[in-house]
Parts: sequence; structure tokens; C-alpha cells
Amino acid sequence: MSESDESTTGSPYAPQTPSETAAMLSAVGADDVESLFDVPESVAFDGDFGIESRSERETRREAARLLKRNDDLTEFLGRGHYAHYVPAVVDDLSSRSEFLTSYTQYQPEVAQGFLQALFEFQSMLVELTGLDIANCSMYDDATALGEAATLSQRVRSVSGDRILVPEQLRDGKRAVLENYADGPGLSVESYPMDDGQVDVDALAETADADVAMVYAETPTVRGIVAERLGDVGEVADDNDALFCLGSDPVALALLERPADVGADVVVGDAASLGTGTAFGFGLGMFVTREEFLRQVPGRLVGASEDADGRRAYTLTLQTREQHIRKERATSNICTNQAWVALRTAIHAAWLGPRGLVDLAEDCVTRPRDLAARLDEVVGVQAPVHDGHHFREFVAHTDQPARAVVEDLAARGFAVHAVGEHLIQVCATEVTAESEEAFVEAVAEVAG
Amino acid sequence: MIFDQARWTADDDERYEPLLSEKADREVEIEDSPLPDELTRDSLSLPDPAEPELARHYTRLSQMNYGVENGPFPLGSCTMKYNPSFTETIAAREDAAIHPDRPESTMQGTLALCHRLQDYLGRIGGMDAVTLQPPAGAAGEFTGIQIAKAYHQHNDDERSEVVIPDSAHGTNFATAAMAGYEVVELPSDDDGRVDVDALSAAVGEETAALMLTNPNTLGLFERDIEEIADVVHDAGGLLYYDGANLNALLGRARPGDMGFDVMHYNVHKTFATPHGGGGPGAGPVGVTEELAEFLPDPHVREVSGGYEHYAPEHSIGKVHGYYGNWPVLVKAFAYIARLGDAGLADASAKAVLNANYLAEQISYDVPFGPFHHEFVASAAPQDAADAAKRMLDYGVHPPTTKWPEIVDEALMTEPTEAESKRSLDQLAAAFDAVAEEDDATLASAPERPAAKRIDQVVAAREPRLSWQALGE
Repeated sequence: MSESDESTTGSPYAPQTPSETAAMLSAVGADDVESLFDVPESVAFDGDFGIESRSERETRREAARLLKRNDDLTEFLGRGHYAHYVPAVVDDLSSRSEFLTSYTQYQPEVAQGFLQALFEFQSMLVELTGLDIANCSMYDDATALGEAATLSQRVRSVSGDRILVPEQLRDGKRAVLENYADGPGLSVESYPMDDGQVDVDALAETADADVAMVYAETPTVRGIVAERLGDVGEVADDNDALFCLGSDPVALALLERPADVGADVVVGDAASLGTGTAFGFGLGMFVTREEFLRQVPGRLVGASEDADGRRAYTLTLQTREQHIRKERATSNICTNQAWVALRTAIHAAWLGPRGLVDLAEDCVTRPRDLAARLDEVVGVQAPVHDGHHFREFVAHTDQPARAVVEDLAARGFAVHAVGEHLIQVCATEVTAESEEAFVEAVAEVAG
Repeated sequence: MIFDQARWTADDDERYEPLLSEKADREVEIEDSPLPDELTRDSLSLPDPAEPELARHYTRLSQMNYGVENGPFPLGSCTMKYNPSFTETIAAREDAAIHPDRPESTMQGTLALCHRLQDYLGRIGGMDAVTLQPPAGAAGEFTGIQIAKAYHQHNDDERSEVVIPDSAHGTNFATAAMAGYEVVELPSDDDGRVDVDALSAAVGEETAALMLTNPNTLGLFERDIEEIADVVHDAGGLLYYDGANLNALLGRARPGDMGFDVMHYNVHKTFATPHGGGGPGAGPVGVTEELAEFLPDPHVREVSGGYEHYAPEHSIGKVHGYYGNWPVLVKAFAYIARLGDAGLADASAKAVLNANYLAEQISYDVPFGPFHHEFVASAAPQDAADAAKRMLDYGVHPPTTKWPEIVDEALMTEPTEAESKRSLDQLAAAFDAVAEEDDATLASAPERPAAKRIDQVVAAREPRLSWQALGE
């Protein structure tokens, strides 16, 4: 489209020419396009939204003008949403229009490419968790947790409506879970944490036959590597409850396998691979044991064969899904996050097992070293919790945390305030070059 | 032949691309890690291709896939229109990619764009307030129904049922059940529209809402919409608008003006964002002023000197961990700004003309009418699914098949405004060629794509859902 489109009078993406329009109107026996709209006069609208058409160039400039109002900050932010370096090849390959502009694989014969990519994604999650089956992408970690809660009610042999979650849980995640729990009448209750770890004794005390699911995370929202997951799994097991574990694919490359600690379901955000920070854009992962296969929400890609007997892939077990099962479906999810899953699969394959483990190990050593440096700053004690950290840690500040956050923002850095005198700091390879300046800035504002 | 699926090799016996795990496999032992052994796994086994191998693998996979830029994609109710490239460029800007937990004062640009899009969507839908949080259309439905539920509860008016026409999207039924409602299914009348008498009989003091798509999935405008709204409102229920077919109405009618109280927008359909092989989408929800205090938290509002988040007084809470599918929203903003009033109305006009023209051209029977942006043809006596497979051989993506069930052997067809007359004529020729063919030919189709007919029964009976399950 050229600059002469500034005064466009129609959609530049609707290719009918005026003579084609005339021919088509004639073919359908209509005098004009308006006569094709079967809208009663009483509810007709005159088309005046008050939105002016711009050229492509002007639209880009306008978006740039708006977005430039964001401050240029180095973000030491995490709590469930992480920035890792995404290699350029992920952008290039996932931007191929055959992937980008396709839709759900209702015709698998012309969608083998995407189906195979999703099959690869599912397979990687199976390897990372040690569980049997992964679906091919939900919205984000919070909604995947909500789906796990409703799954627990469907598969549990006895009735029970309590969902137990850690008291240290991202507010947004809990709020989403509560909305999912509302319809089926589940109640969401917190169990206590002890120095950033699950207080297993307290959990065991509160758990009873009415518990449908116990949820725990590793790393936790405060970046702690959980140490007694096997015991948490046993508490769940003793009460015939599902054990749902929250994690992410980078952490799972290094941490003990969820299958080995008795997890029945693994949820989490897989966007930590393949997608940078994009204002909370996520990719829910959902991995579980084979026995729950027919109760799993979301899309599943399976291997089959074509008429020549060659291996081929297709969406399968669709009788669980809303477009067939309607109100008896396992979930209402339709459009999901397939393209984001493609990006995650490409990123994971680019790293390979060595690269992924190296990245995960860096997520352990980097925050440890940064916490040690901040601990030397007068007015800061870090880390607050005594344990192994992954990507992030909580620090105590003698100054009010809110003030520290604001003063740091003025110096070009962002951290979370998580308590009156607690800040949380997340460090990955993308913040590496800024750590020196960050420590200096903290020293300036925290003293 | 519009589109001939690329086969990456000339050797027909090697049509498929091996899995990454079949090409390269390397297990790494985990030792000397910075964590104690009892907290780590022993090893990790994943494919380990070098970047050139990776690039070739996914390029070949892409060539075994059909998208809108390959050819017509008239998948009914999915609105598979062309997606302008420049919106991708904007969404990929580095200053668009910020962490959602930044201090509010440092993300004024992002909040300004959110506010602008909320405003645009409100104008387009005739709604007073809009949340951008739901990450897909079905998530928007869930949000809308939770809002309706919260509204009734706030008024001490517990209700147990949601009424849904039989032509509605499956998501409507699943959403109502997910929110804890009983579903009351409403049969369509002989014209394919809501039977107002049946509706009157179905609604009552248990009715929380009627979920309605207008134009409906048969492409028909619900002409009695004002009467429908009165019947539902008189019973104390709310009227929910499923925005999947909004592309057919831009500039001609607005859900708010028709009496709808709450609606979702499928911005990835109506406002063109790539569908990404099944997502991401985004499903913003618009409500009337009466329901605005129930919107998800946070909501963006303008204050002196900038923008801020706030929690609506009786908010339902959250439906996504953060702020929804932001890049999709950026693309929707860019598309709406580019087209403006005139462009949006023109897109709708051409989508509607294209649907009516194509319906007129094909030899399959097309019941009902007149159509908005989609129509449902009947392939009978052919099997619609088989006919669809055969269309693949003519290089077009087939319509949605066997749904809605109201039409025998349904081919639900939505060409969108992105097709030229020439393209529609090619599409019609493909339909007509298939319509002439015998059952045996259809049953053995397709011949030309990367894979021939895929056995669905084997896939479901012996589920193999990972390369581990392939026994490798």
C-alpha cells in the first residue's frame, strides 16, 4: 500500500475492484451492498464510530508515539513471568506465514507441519516431567491451574470440594483459580509456608477426605526450590487427592522430575521459553498421567497413519472437546496458544539438552551471586529465605519497600515490592550486563 | 489448482519430515550442578539439532501446512481473513514487550494503548466499558457469564439456567456448564432463526442469560432481536452476545443498540490477527454501564495526567494470570486504527457480498438466506467430510463440515472480504467439481497433500501422544 492511501475510503485488505463488485452485485441480484444487510431499521447503525482511517505509516508512527511513553527500564522482575533470551531463529521460523496464518488443524492432511510441531512440543513436556501425556497449549499457568482443579473433581473417586494452595501464591493466579472453582463449587484454601517452603506438617493437618487437589510449586513464587515435594505428594495421596505441581520448562530441565515426587498433574507457564516479556502473554502447560487421558482439557495431537500407511499426525480424542461434547466437554477452550507452543518447541530444540540444563544452572547461580552482593549493601539483607533459589529471591530492605521500588524506577530499574520491607529480585541472562549498575543503584536508595 | 502443497522432497516415498528425536538425540547427565543431587534429576534427553538442521526442519514443516497466505480458507465461523504484515511489526516492538508488574507510572504507553483499544471496541460494539483481559473468545464467554452471575448474585437473585440456541457455537454450552449453569437448548425455527414463542416458553425466573450469536452460525440475522431482548429482559435475564460473527455487522448494527448487555469480541477474527495454528487469540468483553463494576481486575482508566489500573467495585476477579494476550491486542488496535470507520464498514460489506456471491455460484443446495458473512451449504447426498477432503485436492481449504447439525451434511462457508472475485470463482469451481464426483473418489481423497487420508480411528483407539509413546 502506498502513501496515497492516506485518505483511504475502504479496507485496503479487501481486494474486490469496483467492476468486480458491480459484477457480483448483479450476480446476486442486488442493487447495492447495503441491501444485502438484513438489519431492521430500528437497530441499524450509521457507521460513525468516530475512528479516523490512517495510512499504514501513520498507524505505525502513532503506535510508536504511544509506546514510547513507557520508561526505558531494566526489569529485575519475575514472579511467574520471565525474560530469557529468545534466539532470532525462533522469530524467523515461527513467522513463516504457513504457520502464522493457519488455524486449528481440522483438516490434518494440510496441517501436518503444525501438527508435528505440536506433537514435538507435547513430547518435550513429557520428557521434562516424566509424566505420560501433555496437551498442546492452554492460555497460561493460572488458567491451567484452574483446569487442573476442575479435572481433580472429575477424576476423584470420592467427593470433595477443597483445593489446597500455598499461602505464598501470586495473587493473580489465585484469583483466576477462584473463578474456575466457582462454577463447580470448589473452595480454595491456603496452607502455610515455613521460610518459603511448604510447611508439610501443617499441610498434613489441614488435609482431609474433602480435599480434591493439593497444589505446590517449584520454584515457588519467591524463587525457592521446593525441598519436600515427595512428602507433599504423600499428603495428597493419603487423602486420595490429586497432587498438582506448578513449574516451568527451564526449571524442569534441572529439578527432580515431577513424576518422581508423585505429581499427578504438572501445570505452569511454558512461555519462559520462546516468548519474551509481552505484558503477561503466556503459554499454559498441562501434563498428566495416562489414566486421566479422557478427562484432559484442551487439544491433543496423536500419531496415526495415512492411507499409504505412513505416519501422520492428527488432533485426537476430540469427543472431550466443546465443539463435539458441548456442555459435557472437559473444558470450553477452543482457540488456545498453539503458535506460542510452536515457539517454545523451537527454542527448546535450539538450546538442546545441554543448553537447557546450562540455562537452568545459570538460574541457580546468578540469583545466588546477586543476592550475596546485595547482602553487602548497608540496609539490605538477602536472601530472606534460607534455601536454594531459582531465578529470583526476596530481600529485606530497612527502607520501606514501596519507596525502594520507586527510587529504583527513577534510576532505571524495576523490582517487585512483596511486603512492607521486602523486595523481590529476578535475575536471568538478559539482566546480566545491568547487574553491576543495579547493585550500585540499590546501594544509593537502600541506605 | 490454487494451492499445491509443497513437498520438500521430490521423492514421494519420503513425504513426511522425521521427528527431531529421530534426527538427533543426546542425553546429558546432570552432575556437578549447583544444587544438591537429591533436588535434581539424573539426566535429560532431548533432541540436539544444530541451528541449520533446526531451520530446515521447521521450514519443511511449514511447507506441509496451509495458511491464509497459501490460498482461500473459508472455514465457517473462524473468519480466516488476511492479516496485514505491519501489525506484526508493531506488536514486535521492543517497547511493547514489558513486564506487567512494572510500576504503573513507568508503563504509561502500554496503558494508553490499552485505553485507546478499550475505547475503540466500546464504540464498535455500542458498549460502555470493555476489559481486554480474556485471552480467547471462549475465555471471553466465561468472563461474560461470570459477570452475569455476579450481577444476579449482587441483586440477591440466584438463577440456575442459561438458554442457548441449537445453532450456537459449542463453546457457549461448555462455558455455561463451566460457570455452573444448567443449559437449556433452544431449537431453531423453520427459518433457521430463534423461535420467539419457544424462547418465551423457555425463559423464566431461573434464566440468568440468553447466549446469542447474531448473525447466527447459519449466517442469518436475528431480525426479531428487539423482541428477543424484551423477552429475556422481562424475565430478568441478561442478553449475551457471542462476537464470533461480528465481522458481518461492522458499521451496520451494534450489539449494544440491539439490547445486548454483555458481549465478547473475537479480535483475532474481526480485526485480523493471525490465528497461529489455533491461537493465540484474544476475547475482550464489553458491558453496559450497569455491569461495568463487575469487570475483571485490573481495568485501565484515564486519570489526570495519565492512566491507571483500578479494581472495579464488584469485580469478578481475574480470568488470566496477568493482562491477557497483549500482542494480539496490539494487532487489533493497529488494524482498527488503519481501517477506521470507512475501512471497517467496507470490510463488512465485502465480506457479506462475498458470502452471498459464493452461495449463489455453487451448485450445492444452500438453504435459508439472505446471508451475512457466512452460509451453510448442504453436501447431501454426499458426505460433507469426504467432500471436504476432496476439496484439498483442488488446492483450497474446505469449509467447516457437519455443523451446525440443522443442515444435512453441512458445509459452513465463510469466504471473508479477503477474497477477490477471481479467487471466489476458483473456489466455486472447486466446490462444483467436487459436487460432481462419486462417493468412491471422495472416500479415497485427498491425493495431493503431504499426507493422504488420515486414520482417525487408529489415533483415538491407540493414543500415541508423544515420541516416547512411539516406542523410540
